[in-house]
Amino acid sequence: MQKIDKILIGIAFSPNLKPNIFEAVRLANMFEAELVGVHVGEKTVQKIADLNSLLKEADTLKKGFKAIWQDGNPVDVILQTCTNENIDLLILGALQQENLLKYYVGSIARKITRKAPCSVLLLIKPSIERFKCKHIVVSGLKDDRTEETIRTSFLVANKLECKKITIVEEIKQEELHVTVNDDKSLRRANIAKERITKREDRRVKNILKNIDCSNQTVKMQSIFGKRGYSIGHYAKVKRADLLVMNAPAKSGILDRIFTHDIEYILSELPTDVLIVR
Amino acid sequence: MKKKNSFKAFVSEIPKNLFAGFVVSLIALPLGLGLALASGAPPISGLIAAIVGGIVVSLLGGSNVTITGPGNGLVVVILAAITTLGNGDMQQGFLFTLAAIVISGILLIILGFLKMGSLGDFFPSSAIQGMLAAIGIGILAKQIHVMLGNTDANGSIIDLLLQIPEGIINLFKTDNSSMFYAGLVGIASLLFMIFYSKIRNRYVQLIPAPMWIVVLSVGLYYYFDVFSTTEYPIDKSLLINLPDDILSSFAFPDFGKIFEINFINAVIGITLISSIESLLSIKAVDKLDPLKRRSNVNKDIRALGLATVISGFLGGLNVVTVIARSSVNVNNNGSNKSANFFHALFLVAFILLFSTELRKIPLPALAAILVYTGYKLASPENIVRVFKVGKEQLIIFLITLLTTIATSLITGIIVGILATFIIHIIIIKNAKLFFKNILKPNVLMFKEDGKYYVSVKNFSSFLNYTKLKSKLNQIPESEEAIIDFSMCDFVDHSVMENMNNYAQTFTRKGGHFEVIGLDDTKSISSHPFALRKILTLKTTSFIKVLTKRQKSLKKISKEMHWKYDAFSAQEVEELPTFGYFKTREINKVSNVLSNEDCTIFDIQFSEGELIAKQVIKATMLHIHPKNEVPDFTLDQEGIFEYILHFAGYKDIGIDAHPDFSRRFYLSGKNEEKIRAFFTDELILFFESNKQYHIEASKNGLLIIGKERLASVKEMKALAYFGIALQKII
Repeated sequence: MQKIDKILIGIAFSPNLKPNIFEAVRLANMFEAELVGVHVGEKTVQKIADLNSLLKEADTLKKGFKAIWQDGNPVDVILQTCTNENIDLLILGALQQENLLKYYVGSIARKITRKAPCSVLLLIKPSIERFKCKHIVVSGLKDDRTEETIRTSFLVANKLECKKITIVEEIKQEELHVTVNDDKSLRRANIAKERITKREDRRVKNILKNIDCSNQTVKMQSIFGKRGYSIGHYAKVKRADLLVMNAPAKSGILDRIFTHDIEYILSELPTDVLIVR
Repeated sequence: MKKKNSFKAFVSEIPKNLFAGFVVSLIALPLGLGLALASGAPPISGLIAAIVGGIVVSLLGGSNVTITGPGNGLVVVILAAITTLGNGDMQQGFLFTLAAIVISGILLIILGFLKMGSLGDFFPSSAIQGMLAAIGIGILAKQIHVMLGNTDANGSIIDLLLQIPEGIINLFKTDNSSMFYAGLVGIASLLFMIFYSKIRNRYVQLIPAPMWIVVLSVGLYYYFDVFSTTEYPIDKSLLINLPDDILSSFAFPDFGKIFEINFINAVIGITLISSIESLLSIKAVDKLDPLKRRSNVNKDIRALGLATVISGFLGGLNVVTVIARSSVNVNNNGSNKSANFFHALFLVAFILLFSTELRKIPLPALAAILVYTGYKLASPENIVRVFKVGKEQLIIFLITLLTTIATSLITGIIVGILATFIIHIIIIKNAKLFFKNILKPNVLMFKEDGKYYVSVKNFSSFLNYTKLKSKLNQIPESEEAIIDFSMCDFVDHSVMENMNNYAQTFTRKGGHFEVIGLDDTKSISSHPFALRKILTLKTTSFIKVLTKRQKSLKKISKEMHWKYDAFSAQEVEELPTFGYFKTREINKVSNVLSNEDCTIFDIQFSEGELIAKQVIKATMLHIHPKNEVPDFTLDQEGIFEYILHFAGYKDIGIDAHPDFSRRFYLSGKNEEKIRAFFTDELILFFESNKQYHIEASKNGLLIIGKERLASVKEMKALAYFGIALQKII
């Protein structure tokens, strides 16, 4: 995904609708993209009126708004619309745990996230006013799609006027091939860590060579830990505003039982998350 | 090259290790005999364990100054195994138990290969304390009767305890002179054990107390034998019994009951206790090691397992790492593995040279040594110490203690774990926190600016401590580490205790280990290891207690002659005038360190409203300048984005200092005043110091480091930065 021309937002007439719409409109304007809203359910006069009044309240869209009304299973409808409309970015809202400052992705949104043919942006705190995006954390793990992901994050950073990008290289603990038992193995482990860190930094730098990153401060951080988990924790610690990740290769039922990679993020969103496809 | 040097060092250290090994063997001899007797096994089995352990572990083990041999924790388990497996026949029971010992050795080897050496981390520390105390009481209950000359006392631990007064009365009423004198020797030995440390004589202190007891009691025999006309009053049945030909009469394990449930129970019990005892000892001994080496626990466990297998086949007890003997080793300048090896060799020499003399040791004398060890394990001091940590720890401790005494060790420890878990749930009033997060990885560690930063999420207790531990173990102890619990809702006693241990190790090795993020928690007692939970619910049972960080801040404030107030609210009035706080709402200011002009404080503020609310904790410095300061913000170019608040103002370049202009982003309304304010001296100061984000207004300067709480060290640096800056302005 290196261009965002069409953004899709699911419209559910919930208390969150207003901030969701405002956020979507803002994003659409920033990317200069067309906004498509899909509502799964009946098309009533009341709903149309509500929607229109909200759109009027929000900034004016540069590229216009298209509403789709369709009955059916929400997951199927949204996925279908993504394909039919050639959507580049799908915006989904997250849910908040009762009384806690913790966010997670609901079951429907989760299903959509796993199967969506386009990139997905999960918002934990859509708001009516704009909060500036100040820090983007990108997953730079070794993968074929990583270059694409990093490119996309720079594109997003430029559009959102974000000045700081941290590329996190998650490295599996097992890659060390050394278990720390005593002073000697500790030293060996640390040397190995240094070496892997350098190697990873070089790999990311190679990717960056072809990207214009003059507008941002770029930092590289390698973390040894559980893949998919540690980057979320890092984003939270660093209070990043957006986390950009690769889409998972494919996740079956086993992946949900033995949580890993993206599933960690979905069960507890550290911040807004963009999953690049 | 390096190898040769270390070999040379090894050889040059042999003499002092030889001596240390000798002193240790002086204790190991009576303890080995005594522990075996207390276990209901033949006395020689304890020495076999010590000898095999000393040789095998010193050659193959992964630790440096530990001493291995029969352990006191196992006495109760082995005694129980011998009685239940033998159905009353102690001799046959012992042979079955040897088989259990061999198998537990094999299990230990497997655990070692699976890197499961951390088994002991899954047990909450109060439960382990309770278990150890129960073992102590078990040893004491049985041995106190032997000490009083009565080897026939039998029954459960509770029965034996109840029989103690009767036993004392019996001793003085008895017409059996052998028993009476034996009892006297026992009581005298116990008194000697108790008061030994009070004797200041250098020559007395040269030989450890247990060996004195052996030497004196054997001496007593020879006194009667050679000088006195009367017969030695203690009957042969109350003297130690060694086989006539020590070298050829090894007992061989009997694997006949290997599939019986009792046998399996015994194997589990022995494995569990021996691994816990070894692990605790290895950890404790590492703290004593003068060369500050780190033991390879898994390698050590493998070696101990192998030693146990060999010892079991030769008719010896389990081999474990023992703390008391190891600390004697360290105190006598033992510095490498050879001390353990020599201790074994000396034991061999003692058996071969002095076997006749050893047969003259009265059992009550050995029992006295064990009564003393048992008492130390279960001493009231321990209970007081646990109580100080918190009432709930005492409950866990007592539940484990009583269950262990009333049932068995395994039941005891399982009940202890369950009790701890239930108590944690009651305290936090939220079982979901534990169940939902127990399997999730909850620890993040990364290295930044040369420091290791570890953040722990959700909760941290004995249940998931291994995850934290495996990360912490990867940090060299000579480095700086910051452990942040601010995302944790609950931290338990076991973790707090371990954090303290890490802090000690780091300090010893020249590093720095600091725990942050607990200042907002409530603690259950004033003890530094007490469990802590985040202040969310309004509970009254928790007291606000200074954390370690707050205490060190207090100390620093004294050193620097600053004022310190952990819970102050005065600063809040001026802060909102800064641009930084225009969009941020201040919730709370705490840990205020101040002198007349500078104030350093922890601040908790939130960004956004309601659903978008995010709570941030950070440390900042506020300076009241003497002269007027123009409004400006200064940042290292590109690093901070606070510039937003001054959007619309360009970077003000200062022509005379192109380097400064390039590195820093300076902005503000009144360019002229700002240019005048930035004198050469000030610019030089900024260029040469660690860079912070600085914001100035008519109310002073606000200096912000990272957007998180600073460690004590960082706060100190911030303070000095402030003082220096203050001077220049």
